[in-house]
Amino acid sequence: MNIYADNAATTKMSKKAVSAMMPYFEELYGNPSSLYSAGQRAKEAIEEARETIAGIIGASAREIIFTSGGTESDNQAIMSAAANGKRQGKYHIISDAIEHHAVLHTLKKLEKEGFEVTYVPVHKNGIINVSALEKAIRDDTCLVTVMYANNEIGTVQPIKKISEICRRRGVVFHTDAVQAVGHVPIDVNDLGVDMLSASAHKFHGAKGTGFLYVRRGVRISSFIEGGEQERGRRAGTENVAGIVSMGAALKEVAADIDKNVPRITALRNRLIDGLSEIPHSALNGDREKRLPGNVNFCFEGIEGESLLLLLDDKGISASSGSACASGSLDPSHVLLAIGRVHDVAHGSLRLTLGEDITQKEIAYIIKSVKEAVEYLRGFSPVWNDCVSGKSKFIL
Amino acid sequence: MEKVVVGMSGGVDSAVAAYLLKKEGYDVIGITLRIWQSDDGSEGRCCDIDDARSVAFKLGIPYYAINCTSDFQKHVVDPFVKNYLCGLTPNPCVECNRYVKWEKLLYYAKITGANYIATGHYASVVKADNGRYTLKKALHNEKDQTYMLYKLTQEQLAKTLMPLGSVSKNEVRKIAVEAGLPVASKPDSQEVCFVTDGSYADYIEKTKKTGCGGEGLFVDEKGNVLGRHKGIIHYTVGQRKGLGIALGYPAYVKEIRPEKNEVVIGSENSLYSHIILCGNLNFMSIPKMDKNETVNCTVKVRYGHKGQPARLVLTEKDKVKITFDQPVRAAAPGQSAVFYDDGGYVIGGGIITEVLGQRE
Repeated sequence: MNIYADNAATTKMSKKAVSAMMPYFEELYGNPSSLYSAGQRAKEAIEEARETIAGIIGASAREIIFTSGGTESDNQAIMSAAANGKRQGKYHIISDAIEHHAVLHTLKKLEKEGFEVTYVPVHKNGIINVSALEKAIRDDTCLVTVMYANNEIGTVQPIKKISEICRRRGVVFHTDAVQAVGHVPIDVNDLGVDMLSASAHKFHGAKGTGFLYVRRGVRISSFIEGGEQERGRRAGTENVAGIVSMGAALKEVAADIDKNVPRITALRNRLIDGLSEIPHSALNGDREKRLPGNVNFCFEGIEGESLLLLLDDKGISASSGSACASGSLDPSHVLLAIGRVHDVAHGSLRLTLGEDITQKEIAYIIKSVKEAVEYLRGFSPVWNDCVSGKSKFIL
Repeated sequence: MEKVVVGMSGGVDSAVAAYLLKKEGYDVIGITLRIWQSDDGSEGRCCDIDDARSVAFKLGIPYYAINCTSDFQKHVVDPFVKNYLCGLTPNPCVECNRYVKWEKLLYYAKITGANYIATGHYASVVKADNGRYTLKKALHNEKDQTYMLYKLTQEQLAKTLMPLGSVSKNEVRKIAVEAGLPVASKPDSQEVCFVTDGSYADYIEKTKKTGCGGEGLFVDEKGNVLGRHKGIIHYTVGQRKGLGIALGYPAYVKEIRPEKNEVVIGSENSLYSHIILCGNLNFMSIPKMDKNETVNCTVKVRYGHKGQPARLVLTEKDKVKITFDQPVRAAAPGQSAVFYDDGGYVIGGGIITEVLGQRE
């Protein structure tokens, strides 16, 4: 059996998204900025995708800027808000401890440039401490940026509550919704956010394409300088095919989202129940307030990588944290932030389910993980020390 | 088909080792042990993933990069820093091979159901007539790496393949070119992998947690004060450059005395000694030595040393006295002494604890 259970890393492109983008490589390859009709056809396709996407998230088309993906969207949103803050003498930003590196590293850069960043802690269940966030807001706070859903442990933050606080205090609020768009229904007006980042390849579109929603009235500056594309807010010839695929992909997932969310959630809960039967294991992140398809566990006495190798052998593609962080050798900052100790954080397993997951596959994953964990514990010195009483179990 | 896990560093040697094993018909799995990452995110030269991955891709073998940083820190870096601060000159590669590389590769061999592990070291694994596994020096002496491998256990050796024991470096490069391996002309790694820039001293200065190792005195062999030194971590036995003292004759570091924070300076002649004491022994071709048993052999006191005839005596448990026929130059406590028989097989080795100077 082959099961792709790493949909938080990237997803398979949908057939509709692929076929929608294909004409823009060979037939309608004109530059959208050109005057002649071949170019105008490409421009139309972009604007159609913009309308589609805006409609699905409750925005107006002018509020959508196309970018190269989630990372660029995050960078632009944060750098632009910081530049606005600087103009007003506001040098304080609020974020939290479990953001994606696209946000954290951008904030690091701003710290070097003289900004002060408050990282609000999260509770043990991976949900942000909202009252701490509220207390952290100062007169010179120019931005609050909190992710919609975490890429490792899948926890969904109280975005609406945070945006109400921000609005009351007159602070711009950005959310990195890369893991959420296409997976849970999102309406920017209901949420009340000022900026929202998304990435096409997380919902079956092409890689290298994303968008940034910017509420009308929020000042946004260009992050990449050059031509007048995207109304001067993002230079560079548009990734026409990618943008078209993003529109088609989001349209497709949005049509089925009301049906898929409860179904995937039920299967996810079943997977959590199954893996919870493994002794000395722990679910990372809140059990309820999490993405429909995200399961993240720590198993004592096991290194995540050896588990992945065994699961790969059984046909299961999983990960041990975020794909973007795998270049780093440090344990996950997310798991450390929710209070997992170093040794346990190394033994994590992330399974992120796709819309096509079946009951049979869930049963196979449970059986395979159980077998693999038991096998690995059989010759794990850490585990043996715990069993023999030489050291104490942590989980 | 027999399965083998090959430790791939990203260099040409391990790439060719993997290639040769595949050619012989083994089912090869490539693994890079990621053992080090500096503050700026660059990896140590012992674990160059991109190159290793492209070789594995070229060979069409499964490949995994595995995080071993915490084992490496525990078994290699921490002891290295501690020993340096104690005035010793450690061999981190010896510890890394024994406690990190072999342990991890064998662990992943177990996971993947492999029968063997393999590396691109220049040495051969041999099963002796007495049933014990040992290492034979590389056919091309100048590349021999047995010195760094003498601590491996029998259990480790029994499962180890080293395909490069009788191949020269030039041949390895030639094979790599012919096989189209992308690392064919990559330069050899030289220094300790986790000290990527600057000197050991800078690294230890940056890493150490204790405050010791400050300035102290240079003294001569009679105890006369000759000047001030920058801290013992800046010196190794046999060092001539960078001492900053003029004595009218070439001055060398003869000895480091951590307990007094002194660096002893002597002439070239003073660096030679006949007798060395060793502890922390590991035996390969023989199971053990009995008390007062003597063994005639050739002893290397550092990686680049060509080896000199000597006689071993086991003076007490886990202690060997080595008496050289001719005095040996600049043996340093903390380095390993490795014992070879006439056939170039490793008898065993240990860590130098004391260097006793001239024979009476």
